[in-house]
Amino acid sequence: MSRRGLLGAGAASVAATAVPVSAAQVGKPAAPSLAKLAFEVNGKKRTLQVDTRTTLLDALRENLQLTGTKKGCDHGQCGACTVLVDGVRINSCLSLAVMHEGDKITTIEGLGQPDNLHPMQAAFIKHDGYQCGYCTPGQICSAVAVLGEIKAGIPSHVTADLNGRPTASNDEMRERMSGNICRCGAYSNILEAMTDVAEKVA
Amino acid sequence: MKPFTYQRVSTPAEAAAAAARMANSKFIAGGTNLLDLMKLQIEAPAHLIDVNALKLDKIEDMPDGGLRIGALVTNTNLAADTRVRRDYGVLSRAIVAGASGQLRNKATTAGNLLQRTRCPYFYDTNQPCNKRQPGTGCSAIGGYSRQLGVIGTSDSCIATYPGDMAVAMRVLDATVHTVKPDGLTRTIPIADFHRLPGDTPQADTVLQTGELITAVTLPKPIGGTHVYQKVRDRASYAFALVSVAAVVQSDGSGRIAVGGIAPKPWRNEAAEADLPRGAKAVTTKLLADARPTEDNAFKVSLVERTLAAALAEAKG
Ligand SMILES: Cc1cc2nc3c(=O)[nH]c(=O)nc-3n(C[C@H](O)[C@H](O)[C@H](O)COP(=O)(O)OP(=O)(O)OC[C@H]3O[C@@H](n4cnc5c(N)ncnc54)[C@H](O)[C@@H]3O)c2cc1C
Ligand code: SF4
Ligand code: FES
Ligand code: FES
Repeated sequence: MSRRGLLGAGAASVAATAVPVSAAQVGKPAAPSLAKLAFEVNGKKRTLQVDTRTTLLDALRENLQLTGTKKGCDHGQCGACTVLVDGVRINSCLSLAVMHEGDKITTIEGLGQPDNLHPMQAAFIKHDGYQCGYCTPGQICSAVAVLGEIKAGIPSHVTADLNGRPTASNDEMRERMSGNICRCGAYSNILEAMTDVAEKVA
Repeated sequence: MKPFTYQRVSTPAEAAAAAARMANSKFIAGGTNLLDLMKLQIEAPAHLIDVNALKLDKIEDMPDGGLRIGALVTNTNLAADTRVRRDYGVLSRAIVAGASGQLRNKATTAGNLLQRTRCPYFYDTNQPCNKRQPGTGCSAIGGYSRQLGVIGTSDSCIATYPGDMAVAMRVLDATVHTVKPDGLTRTIPIADFHRLPGDTPQADTVLQTGELITAVTLPKPIGGTHVYQKVRDRASYAFALVSVAAVVQSDGSGRIAVGGIAPKPWRNEAAEADLPRGAKAVTTKLLADARPTEDNAFKVSLVERTLAAALAEAKG
């Protein structure tokens, strides 16, 4: 089969899986489906009507114009879209907006503002924890959550004693931050910023 | 993504009934595997049934001394549970060796078990793939297969089951509990849960369409030293090339299961009996039927070395 033939067959195969399988189907795949959503973003109640396909990331950026949260890979591989949901860090690109009814979302804009910085935001500035800044909102949200996870005693891959309490060591923080990729390689400065905050909190 | 309708359900019965009513529907839990595949239109359900409100997010003690893990317990909460850390350490270790902190916060017990068995060609919709589109052929056979399976594979598919948690559950003899669309429940030993591809690689597990996982149970603790060794291309946030889950007793006997080499967590009780004789003896038996490709033949010796490392770690 030629390359062109392969491409053709591939495209046809995708279309085939998407065609409704039976007339008895209730879901109607052809037309976009809309849904209402009420949640709290950075302390403000918000209601939206979204296409069910809208990710939390796209709802934040496109519907609410909160463009601090970034889209890198859109597939859970880079961490640029990291936000806090009820205090827990997640990849907003792999979560549907409609699945966040009633949730409290915190984005980089809600963590702190230019005249009222979160300690982690201030530490990133002080330690030069970025270069281009694209990964930074995700790094900061993740970093805040990582210190919380360590405090809560959640183990990581490098925790030596599963039954002991993890500490905010370099190894622990590096391992726990592995879901946030930085194309500019600001990692060591990010670690310094986190260490600074961890020491102040401790 | 293709358009889909969306529904929340609050009881397992309601979930099963919704699945029975609608063809081409899917349950969604954490969404971290399903949405990834829906964005590429590899999965294209017409209807999503959100199971997050089923209240299956608890870990409970069982009368027989074991644990009952709700299907919606997140990977983070399961790995952090004090009973799991104390009595089933291999499970905590396997979970925290997988994915990233953000993903583990979303990933659920059922969703993790059901992440697709897959390979890079499965993701590339321009390439033939028997698993994605039955009958089109397998691009990995004769293609790039470094990460793929060496045993349990077939002439139709050589993909590996990529998960870590299930490898530990295999060593712990876990049981999967389900409810079918007709409302009947059943239990499936983890050993029988993932299936070999044969000539129908499109089905990764024995679950029927619309069958809902409600819980995973663990038998009472078996003691021993618990170890999970994972070898991958980078130190963190990568799938396993080879992983070994081991529970080793003080007399050198024990149990092991291997990940990253087959379409399911690979365990062979007869090979395990050779544990006191060391990693080489066990691996020889465990991989006697291996059919590696040129690209992944290294995995055979990597299993032996990873097992040796696991046994050394268990000895302390
Ligand atoms: C970048 C990246 C890296 C990763 N690395 C690793 C790794 O190293 N190791 C590892 O083990 N995993 C890894 N993963 C996979 C991750 O662990 C899985 O995506 C996750 O566990 C899936 O759980 P979920 O709840 O999000 O599932 P979902 O995406 O919600 O669902 C997955 C499947 O399960 C079905 N399902 C969900 N709940 C039920 C239920 N109760 N009953 C019946 N069916 C159900 C869904 O219909 C769907 O088909 C990685 C993922 C990404 C994106
Ligand atoms: S190994 Fe399996 S998943 Fe990969 S291309 Fe072949 S059939 Fe598809
Ligand atoms: S954009 Fe979500 S992880 Fe990359
Ligand atoms: S600062 Fe540029 S990607 Fe991290």
